[in-house]
Amino acid sequence: MSLARIQLPDQAARGEAVEVRISIRHPMETGFRRDEGGVRQRRNAIVALVCRYRGTEVFRAITSPGIAANPTLRFYLRADRTGDLDFWWIDDDNIAGTASAVRVVV
Amino acid sequence: MKRRRFIEMSLLALPLSARGQANAHVSTIDPLVRSFTNGRDVLPGKVTLVLPKIADNGNSVPVTVKVDSPMSAADHVRSVHLISEKNPVRDMASFYFGPHLARAEFTTRLRLNGSQRVVAIAGLSDGSFWSDVVQIEVREAACTED
Repeated sequence: MSLARIQLPDQAARGEAVEVRISIRHPMETGFRRDEGGVRQRRNAIVALVCRYRGTEVFRAITSPGIAANPTLRFYLRADRTGDLDFWWIDDDNIAGTASAVRVVV
Repeated sequence: MKRRRFIEMSLLALPLSARGQANAHVSTIDPLVRSFTNGRDVLPGKVTLVLPKIADNGNSVPVTVKVDSPMSAADHVRSVHLISEKNPVRDMASFYFGPHLARAEFTTRLRLNGSQRVVAIAGLSDGSFWSDVVQIEVREAACTED
């Protein structure tokens, strides 16, 4: 079971703005919700997400339960060379996730 | 001046006087705003916050933020902060941009606890801060009862 799905065009021209989409499976539990038994659900949300392109940081998001469950993100990368796009994130439970080795072909 | 004329003129003057005025969208004494801006003025403009006018469900509301910037080494956007008026966590998210970001633009989805004003603040490489505000009506708030 994959926790994240990344969408990229198959190929990009040099210097082109490449649309990058990622969606991550995560409840982004707010800490304010109660289950059927009235038990408060502990907060557990992704608190940080970092995207690196060929090792250089492109995009960093510091997040909270103010981001919807199963968070999605879309941004535009300037691809100048073929290289890997690596995502890393961490949640309140200190569980980190990665989605990496997505190759941007220029 | 006739009273009617006076009222007409003051109504006209209202939006004009608010336009371009520093800190029109934010409170300068808000500690959350200060934590981003360090007390600098936040000017309205450059930022476009795209949210629907009405959201049936606050659990997932699409949002796009665009900032008018060439995104060059000399002139780029460093950060964007999204602030909620009514969420228990007002500091919804902050985004930091690196040199390979082609456009100062991104899209994600928010959770909103009821109808409110949402503010986006962008920090530029020259140290200035710019903002936009959107009033959104949320029919069914993201669940935060009690």
